[in-house]
Amino acid sequence: MDCIIIDDEEMARTIVEQLAANNHDVDIVGSFSNAIEAIKYLNENEVELIFLDIHMPTFTGFDLIKTLKNPPKIILTTSDRNFAIEAFEYECIVDYYVKPFMQERFDKGIQKALSFGTNKNVEHAKATLNDVNVLYINIDRRLIKIDIPTIKIVEAKGDYILLKTDNKNYTVHSTLKKIEDKLPKDTFLKVHRSYVINTNKIIDIEDNSVLIEKDVIPVSRSNRPELMRRLNLL
Amino acid sequence: MDDVPNLDYICQLSQGDKDFMHKILQVVKKELPLEICTYNLHLAEEDFIMAAEDVHKLKHKISILGLEKGYHLAVDHEENLIKGNVSLKLDFDKILELMLRFIEKT
Repeated sequence: MDCIIIDDEEMARTIVEQLAANNHDVDIVGSFSNAIEAIKYLNENEVELIFLDIHMPTFTGFDLIKTLKNPPKIILTTSDRNFAIEAFEYECIVDYYVKPFMQERFDKGIQKALSFGTNKNVEHAKATLNDVNVLYINIDRRLIKIDIPTIKIVEAKGDYILLKTDNKNYTVHSTLKKIEDKLPKDTFLKVHRSYVINTNKIIDIEDNSVLIEKDVIPVSRSNRPELMRRLNLL
Repeated sequence: MDDVPNLDYICQLSQGDKDFMHKILQVVKKELPLEICTYNLHLAEEDFIMAAEDVHKLKHKISILGLEKGYHLAVDHEENLIKGNVSLKLDFDKILELMLRFIEKT
């Protein structure tokens, strides 16, 4: 694979060059200390993989990715051990190395890059079919797509549930238990026998209730400890 | 601070390649004083955001030289600088001094 390195630190570039020299699958065809120089090169040359430092002054690694129309595979390099998941919002990012890294870790990333092209389409297809952020509800024989993060409150109303989202409310023939099982457990919580709420939408909490926009939702005594555990309390 | 700078990582990385070992040490000798100089300049100008960027960059060299506690102090110092807090400056200066002395002797 033809690769380039983009890192403002010469030591980091030297290390990647050395590790690449010991790996037969990669060939370093360019090494750049800033993103602008690299973009000029990329406008005239094709590469298969970029080793990209995220944290560069004035123009970050993420800025560079956004400027590329068809970015090649990218392995990010970073000194942040608590690396943000933001990286995987970009389809082209194959892996990331936390500096300093060794040959074994470097080689593992290269293997991922080599298999990335073949797996990508399958993974993408799977993700489309089984999008974890989406829920379909059946109303009048129509399946309506709901983006799960937009759901604020689910309220049990007899044989029905009232689903309140950022945009619209829906009444669906279902049970609270059924929908609770479909919602991600890290953001949704049953706070009362008749209510499941999206904890990200809470504005205010009192002793036995929470405020979500204009709705005051009761919190039962038995569910309160779990709610308090979930909150990022100061 | 009982961290002692060492070349363990660089030795492992070089896998006995003396040319590479020499090359990487030359790069560190050249780059480290410049990065420290830039950091001090930004601090003197009270440009704490840029100083935090400099600390971020220095973290890699701190790791390379095996200063584990130094790395954690650098992380805290970087976060503090972003908020305009320079309370860890003196401790961080000691790490930089330790690295400079080590690199000069190497």
